Amino acid sequence: MGGNSNVKLIDDNGIRMDGRKADELRQIKIEAGVLKRADGSAYVEFGKNKVLAAVYGPRECHPRHMQDPSKAIVQCKYNMISFSVEDRKRPGPDRRSVEISKIISEALEYVVFTENFPRTSIDVYIEVLQANAGTRCAGLTAASVALADAGIPMKDLVPSVAVGKVNDQVVLDLQKEEDNFGQADLPMAMIPRTGEVLLLQMDGHLTRAEFDLAVELGTGAMHKIYALQRDALARRYAVEGGSEESEDEPQTAQRTEG
Amino acid sequence: MNRENEHPSREIVIPGDLLDSGKLKAGSGTYVQDGKVYAALLGIKSVKSNFVNVIPLGGRYIPSPGDTVIGKVIDIGPSNWLIDINSPYPAPLHVNEVPWRVDFGDTARFMNVGDTLLAKILMVDETMRVQVTMKEQGLRKLQGGQVMEISYSKVPRVIGKGGSMVQLIKGMTNTRIFVGQNGRIWFDGEIESILFAIRAIKMIEENAQMLHLTERVKEYLESVTKQEGASSG
Repeated sequence: MGGNSNVKLIDDNGIRMDGRKADELRQIKIEAGVLKRADGSAYVEFGKNKVLAAVYGPRECHPRHMQDPSKAIVQCKYNMISFSVEDRKRPGPDRRSVEISKIISEALEYVVFTENFPRTSIDVYIEVLQANAGTRCAGLTAASVALADAGIPMKDLVPSVAVGKVNDQVVLDLQKEEDNFGQADLPMAMIPRTGEVLLLQMDGHLTRAEFDLAVELGTGAMHKIYALQRDALARRYAVEGGSEESEDEPQTAQRTEG
Repeated sequence: MNRENEHPSREIVIPGDLLDSGKLKAGSGTYVQDGKVYAALLGIKSVKSNFVNVIPLGGRYIPSPGDTVIGKVIDIGPSNWLIDINSPYPAPLHVNEVPWRVDFGDTARFMNVGDTLLAKILMVDETMRVQVTMKEQGLRKLQGGQVMEISYSKVPRVIGKGGSMVQLIKGMTNTRIFVGQNGRIWFDGEIESILFAIRAIKMIEENAQMLHLTERVKEYLESVTKQEGASSG
């Protein structure tokens, strides 16, 4: 939050630097099942953000002391690749990525039915290939698609988006300049069907009225992102869909001997 | 998303999709919230005798009692073997559960680390502690042969209706095949025939949802076995 109001981020017609209106999302692209070796994966683009998420598991939890005898744990690792930003990012975990990993695992832990897999760990790896503000939201959006792709039982998909305040105006889905020179940033994630909030952070200041408007804008946007997530998963299997040739239910399939 | 075909029970559902609001009971791969049934898995919706189920399209094998699985010995103790059954949970096999009389500390003489075996899931408790047994007809150590792994959700397709698919592959390639419920498949026979069988199974795995798969596999196997016969004869 530079708070530098000299920069003109929104013109007199209410059009932002990249040509969007205040309540407009960036171009979003979601693809499921992009990695063959992972149990589940997804690739997400939020404008210039490019994020890859991979899910492994449920698998035996290592280190052993982390395992929970009553449920699975969700371990998330958010990482920005060194070439993801303009100045080379020093590789390795830092304060910021540890924080983001934590909040994303907590958001995902809430939707996954962890009690189905005691003593295991579900590992989520989020790699930011290119960053342009809002990578935690893109990362969480990708991670939840990857979890569903991995066949992990979960309540719902989790769309996520950031809302912010730029030139005293509440705008949706901040891009890099707006994030750097804007007045507030409010990343959030929720289950659209129930309205349960899974992630809500705020950097900067918003009045109560601005906050309410921001949540309203974000909620609307999350419904759109949710539709895209569903579409990505449906598309993955669409080609294969519509089989009528028979098959036994998994339970009745019997072993056959040679 | 609404796949408009004549098989409404073949609909692909996504976690969070509403499956039924009150009439049907929640089956596997579903959850209930406020009296309504929602999908918990990415899979295919199926309604059977008043239950809505979601048949998964992927995921890890989770053992359930009675499943026949192909395991690998990963550790041995004085009175048990530890078997990897391709699931998040390794399964101990106690000496009382094998068809041989094993003296204490003599386990390595019968099976060693790396050996493959056909076993049955005896018991799974609520904390997912698994026990396997070999004390049943047909269960044994698998000597020689090859093992391949596929997604466990594709196993029913590989077996086919009443075992038709696996019978076809066995008959046409002249190999011995065991299909474990955990997605492991064991082959024995001529190397070329095993390769054909493996390719046929990969074909099934990749095209699991395809129509007339049995015929396609038959065509493939006919073409390769004919070539084989021509080149060797």
